[in-house]
Parts: sequence; structure tokens; C-alpha cells
Amino acid sequence: MHEQAATAARGLWSDAGRRLTGNRLAFAALAVIVGMALFAVLAPHLSPWGYDSLDWEHLARPPGLTAAHWFGTDRLGRDLFVRTLYGVRLSLFISVLASGVSLVIGVVWGAVAGLAGGRTDGWMMRCVDVLYSLPYLFIVIILTTLWQRGSIAVLLLALGAVGWLTTARIVRGQALALRRREFIEAARALGVPAPAILWRHVVPNLLGPVLVYATLTVPQMIVFESFLSFLGLGVQEPHASLGNLILVGAQEMESAPWMLLVPAAFLVGLLICLNFLGDGLRDAFDPRER
Amino acid sequence: MLSYTLRRIAGLIPTLLVIITVSFCVVRLAPGGPFDQEQALPPAVRANLERLYGLDQPLTVQYVHYLRGLLRGDFGPSLRQRDFTVSELIAQGLPLSATLGLAAILLAVLTGIPAGIAAALWRNRGADYCITTLAALGLALPSFVTGPLFALVFGLYLRWLPVAGWQHGAPRYLVLPVLTLALPVAAYVARLTRASLLEVLSAHYVRSARARGLGTPRVLWRHALRPALMPVVSYLGPAVAFVMTGSLVIETVFGLPGTGRYLVEGAIDRDYPLVMGMIVVYGALTLFLNLIADLIYGWLDPGVRHA
Repeated sequence: MHEQAATAARGLWSDAGRRLTGNRLAFAALAVIVGMALFAVLAPHLSPWGYDSLDWEHLARPPGLTAAHWFGTDRLGRDLFVRTLYGVRLSLFISVLASGVSLVIGVVWGAVAGLAGGRTDGWMMRCVDVLYSLPYLFIVIILTTLWQRGSIAVLLLALGAVGWLTTARIVRGQALALRRREFIEAARALGVPAPAILWRHVVPNLLGPVLVYATLTVPQMIVFESFLSFLGLGVQEPHASLGNLILVGAQEMESAPWMLLVPAAFLVGLLICLNFLGDGLRDAFDPRER
Repeated sequence: MLSYTLRRIAGLIPTLLVIITVSFCVVRLAPGGPFDQEQALPPAVRANLERLYGLDQPLTVQYVHYLRGLLRGDFGPSLRQRDFTVSELIAQGLPLSATLGLAAILLAVLTGIPAGIAAALWRNRGADYCITTLAALGLALPSFVTGPLFALVFGLYLRWLPVAGWQHGAPRYLVLPVLTLALPVAAYVARLTRASLLEVLSAHYVRSARARGLGTPRVLWRHALRPALMPVVSYLGPAVAFVMTGSLVIETVFGLPGTGRYLVEGAIDRDYPLVMGMIVVYGALTLFLNLIADLIYGWLDPGVRHA
């Protein structure tokens, strides 16, 4: 039985992989994202400047390929190329981790509710409904402001804590459908304990739709993180995130428009590519659903 | 219909209570207090201030006290903006925020629906590609990016409109904020309209209407449009919530004196009643407007009422 499950899984994943590589747009988006992530990770080795090192010779210089600073500098003479890459790195790091946190909570909550059914299911989903009606961005703003402002751990926790609701709903729907399938019934009849059924039989069958939703969560989390940093509540100076770079850029746009345009272009590129990838993944996994 | 409406209104009360309780806990259990300033207050003054605002009592007592106040419509005094009650502060900013939000939703619906219809009618042609690409862009760009970009292009380079400020509601000053706020909503409405109209247009009853010799405008108006717009109506509730949080950013970007700044400033200053007031007012507004959207939906689609 074990082996059978493994073969089925391989079939699904390789099918989806083939469909994804066939989708040129999604594949290009994936390439751009990987490229950006690589650049971001390698940022410290790509330029002699650090994210917080000041260059007094070049204050607020516009970008130029032959200039000392490719993307120009800000008012303090900090290199915008390096700061933008650091921003991409931090934004990607926070959003991927926050998506991970919300994914784990959502999958566990939804799978337990769907599998348990009945009254437990009713109460657990009622909780989700009520939390849905909270003005959640307000709660995130308040959480990040009241507890340690600028602490990345709090930011992660706050984003992850509100992001799991939709995942829980999707997973619960899938689990409800799975519950009635024969192989679950067989496992029950064999006396497999509930946590083992959950882990061994339910979760692997949920991974496709959950993965799709998770790729679509990452850009949302990037937006939230940048939004909070833009309001001055997320990542704090001298650290750079795309949000606080855009905030400073918007304040300086009259005299130094590149300070707004460079980080905005990176953010927009990243978001569009992630959305294309998410759409591509959805198309790659969907044929199985229908 | 009446009993459905009443049941829905009754359902709002526990939700609102949960919102109040959760946010009360979050706000009050956080470290720090409203009287932590750079220059520490003398302990006696501090104790007096805390007694004045009832902060020296146990949290449960304060909670009950706060709920009692809410029942009377009293949000309490602001702890940091002396001489103002929270109700006064919110009443000052809310008209502007509400105008902004309503104008944005109106604009989004008035542009999004025709764009979606056009895209569906000219499916897979130039106009469709233009509209769907624009919609994808509008959805992907967060408003704290489009806002400054619009200000840069229309305000600084083209000099058509003022960059920021508000001059007591002069319409010129509201154009860019409303545009920025409306863009993602319009994009989503266009996408929804396109998708659902395409589905409806392939239905049998539309085909038979066409077979009877009805022209496209008549088919649309008489048969296709009403069912096709149902998803748009049900999106209006979430759209309202989106616009209300979005106006936080818009007000910061364009320097408008709405209610948005109270939330962030209030949280930084630990102005408990102000933060709570903002959450309660915005939470209640969201719930109420969602309810109205649901009722419109139920009125359009009788099947929902009995569900």
C-alpha cells in the first residue's frame, strides 16, 4: 500500500512538472524569481559596498552604468543597488517564512476539522469564520506596533497568524472529500490511529492544491510586509526592505526619483513573476482536480 | 426576506463582541503604557493619571466598563490628544475616509464592469488582451507603489493635478487618491465580470435567445447581464474591507487628514481608547457593509434566502 501511494505521488508530481515546463510564461517567471533570489543571496559579494556603508563622495547620485553606484545612492550616500538587493532578500525571506507558518497552521487546522467532521468541524470552522471577519490588517498593525516594533520575529508571527484562514478552508474542503474515500476507511478499519491517518494518508493528498495556494500566498505576504514597512511599522532603518525603501523613495521623489523607481520596479517585477508562477502551478495541478 | 435580514443582523452581535474582546486583549496585554514618555513622570502624577482614566483597576473591570461605555455610544477620552474624546477624533476624520472609499468603489464598479463586458465580448482579440493585461497589472501593484508613482507622473512631471494635500475637500485634490484606491478593485471587478459573462454567454438559454434572433445588446441586457454580475455583487463586501484598509496607505501617501493615521499613531502612543475605537468603528462598518452586500445578493438571487 505504501509503495502504491508513492508511485501515484510520483505520477502526479512529474505530470505537474511537465505541464509547468510546458508553460513558457510560468517557466520564465520561475527563472526570473530564481535569478532574483540568487542575486539577493549573493548580494554581499557582488558589490564592495555594504547595505549601511556611507559613501561621502557620492551623495544622492543618479544611477548610471559607468558610475561608482549602478543604481545611484541615497541622501546618505548608501548604494541603492546593494540596498535593493538586501530589500529583496529580506522581503523574500519574511514572506516565504510567513507563508510557511500560515501553511502549517492552516493545513493542520483544516485537516483536523475536515477529518473529525461533525460538531468539532462546526466549531473549528466557526472560529475561522469569526477570525475572517476581524479587520485583520488592523490586528497585524497593532500586533507589530505594540509588541516589539521592527522585530522580524513578531512580524513573521503576525503575518503567519492571520494568513492561515484561507488555507484552512481549502484544506478542510479537500479533507471532507477525502474522508469518504475507501483507502481512508480501510486505514480506519485496520485500526490506524487518527494522527497517523492524518499524516500518512490525508496530508500527502492535499499537497497539490496547498502548494498552489502557498505560491499565491507568498506575493500577498510580500505586499503585507512592504505595506507594514511602508507605514514605518515593519523593517526599520538602517535595514532595508522593499517597503521602507519605497517609503523613503516616495519622500524624496521630487529631487531623486530613482530612489522610488528602483525599489518599486523590483517589487513589481517580483510580484508579477510570483503571480504568473502561481497561475502556472494552478494550471499544472488543476487537470487532476477537474 | 425580513426574517432572513433579522437573523443576519442578530448574527452580527456575537461577531462584534469577539472583535472587541480580541482587540481589547491584544491592545491591553502588550508591554508599555500611555504614560511612558522620555521624561519619566513623577510616580504620584502617574498614579493620579492612571486613576483618572481607571487604568489602575483590574483588566476585567476595565473591560466591563468599556463595554458599558460602548452601549451608550461612548468610546472614552483620548489619552494622548488631551481635551478630545475618541468619538470627536473619529468624527473629524471619518467623512473624508468614507468619501474616499465610496468614490473609489463607485469608480471601480463603473469602469470595471464595462471593461469586463468588453473583454468578454471581444474575447481573445486585441481589446481583450489589453484589458486582461491591465487588470493583471492593477491587481499585482500594491497601492503604496501606484500612489507615489501616480503622484510622480501626474503631479510632478505632467503637472495636471496636485501631488498631495487636500484644501478642505477641493475635488482636484481627491482625484489621484481615489484613482489609486480604485485601481485594484476595478481590475478585480473587470476580471470577475469577464469570467462570469463568458460562462453565462455559453449557457443554453443565451444560445436560444440568440437563435430567436436577438441582437447582442438585447441578449446582454435582457438575459446575460444579471446572472453574470452576481459574483461582482458578492465581491462588493470584501471590496469594502479592502478599500477601508487601503485608505490607511492612501491617506499617508497623499497627506489627507482622514482616520487612517489614528490607528498607527494611537498604537505607537499606546492610546488605548483611540486604537480600540478605530477597531470597533472599522470592524462594525465592515460587518455592516458586508451584510448590505449579502442582502443585495439575496434580493437578486432568491435561492440564497432559504439556504
